[in-house]
Amino acid sequence: MKKINWLLVVTGLLVGAAAVALTALGNPPNMGFCIACFLRDIAGATKLHSAAVVQYFRPEIIGLVLGSTIMAIAGKEFKAKAGSSPATRFVLGFFVMVGALVFLGCPLRMVIRMGGGDLNAFVGFAGFFIGILIGIFFLKKGFSLKRTYKVNTSEGLVLPAALVIFGVLVLAVPALFAFSESGPGSKHAPFFISLIIALVIGALAQKSRMCFAGGLRDAVMFKDFNLVSGFVAVFIAVLLGNIILGKFSGFSTYLQPISHASQLWNLLGMVLVGWGSILLGGCPLRQLILAGEGNGDSAVTVLGMIVGAAFSHNFGLAGSAASLTDDVYKAGGIGTNGKVAVFIGFAVLLVISLINTKKEAK
Amino acid sequence: MSSIDARGLSCPMPVVLVQNEVKKNAPAEFQVLLDSECSVENVTRFAKNNGYEVKAEENGEETTLICTKK
Repeated sequence: MKKINWLLVVTGLLVGAAAVALTALGNPPNMGFCIACFLRDIAGATKLHSAAVVQYFRPEIIGLVLGSTIMAIAGKEFKAKAGSSPATRFVLGFFVMVGALVFLGCPLRMVIRMGGGDLNAFVGFAGFFIGILIGIFFLKKGFSLKRTYKVNTSEGLVLPAALVIFGVLVLAVPALFAFSESGPGSKHAPFFISLIIALVIGALAQKSRMCFAGGLRDAVMFKDFNLVSGFVAVFIAVLLGNIILGKFSGFSTYLQPISHASQLWNLLGMVLVGWGSILLGGCPLRQLILAGEGNGDSAVTVLGMIVGAAFSHNFGLAGSAASLTDDVYKAGGIGTNGKVAVFIGFAVLLVISLINTKKEAK
Repeated sequence: MSSIDARGLSCPMPVVLVQNEVKKNAPAEFQVLLDSECSVENVTRFAKNNGYEVKAEENGEETTLICTKK
C-alpha cells in the first residue's frame, strides 16, 4: 500500500453519501443502492416474477450502466468484447443473485447495511469473505473463464440500449409495468433524481474500477489494498451520513430494515455471492459497470442475475425480512426452497470451479 | 525476455499470470501484452509494488508493458 487512490476513496465516499441521500429521498431503508435488490425489482416490474412487494423499474440501474458507458466513451475505454464463457457467466450471475437474495442484498448493500448498524450484515460480510477465499483458492489453482474477443460495437451497446428503451417505456407507457403499492418496491426516490445520481456514480465507478469483491481479493492475493479503500470509504460515509441524519441507533441484529437474523443463511448466502463474484471477476456492481463499458459477457451476467431474481421469487428462494406488526414479531428468514437452492448453488459453483481450473502445464 | 499474453483476460487473471511468473522465475525483465486500461493499471501497480520499473508502449488498442527489475 504505497499511494492512496483518492479517486476511489472519493467515489466510495460519494457512493455512501448518495446511498444515504437516496434513502432520505424515498428509497427503502439501508437500500440507497442495492444491485441485487434493484435488478430483482426490475424483474418484478417487467413481470418476470409476481411478488407484489418488489416491483419497480429502478432508474438507478439505468443510470449506473449509462454513466459507465458515457465515461468509458469519453475516456476512450469503451471496448465491445465478449466470448469469455458467456453461458457459464449467466449461471454464475444466476446463483450470485440467489445468494444475494437469501442474505437480502448485494455486496454494496451489505456495506450500506453495515454502515446502518445492521449486525446481520457483518455476518454476511464474514460469509462474503469466506466465499472470496474459496474463489481465490481456485484462481490460484488456475481457474479461468478464458479470453474475451473483440466484437462489433453494437454487441457492447446491447444492454445500455435496452435499458434506455426500457427507461423511455417506463416513463411513456407506465401501464405496461408492474409497480408495488406496498413493501420495498413502493419505496423509491423521485425517478430523475435517482437517475442523475446513478449516472454520476456509474461514471465514477467506471473510472475508479470500484469493486467490492475485487477489493478483498486484491488485498488477500496481491497485498494490494488499492480497491479495498473504496469499500472502507462507503462504510464510513454511510455510517457518518446516518449519524448526521439521526438515523443511526447503534449496532444490532434485531429488526433491522429489510434484513433477517437467520445468521447461518446470512453467512451461506454471502459465501455464494463472494465465491461467484470472484469467479466472475467482480461483484454485481462491477458487472453493471463492465456491461456499460461494452463487455457483452458482463451483460449476459446481468441477464443471469435478473433471471436468478425472477426464479428466487417464483420459487420462494429469497429470504424474508424480520417484521413487527401489531406487536407481533416475525423473525423472517429462509424457507426450505431457499436453503436447498443455496446448496445447489454451492454444487454448481464447485463444478464450474473444477471444470474451468486447468492443471498447470509446467 | 519472457512474454505474457494477457489480452482478453479479465481481472484479476493478468495480474495472476504476472504474479506466477515473478514468483517462479523472478525474471530481470519481462513483457506483458494487454488490451484493457484496467488491466494495464493493475499489472503496473503489481509490478511496481514488486520492485519493477514499468514502461508502457501503446500500439492501437493494445498496450505492451515492459517491466525491468530495479
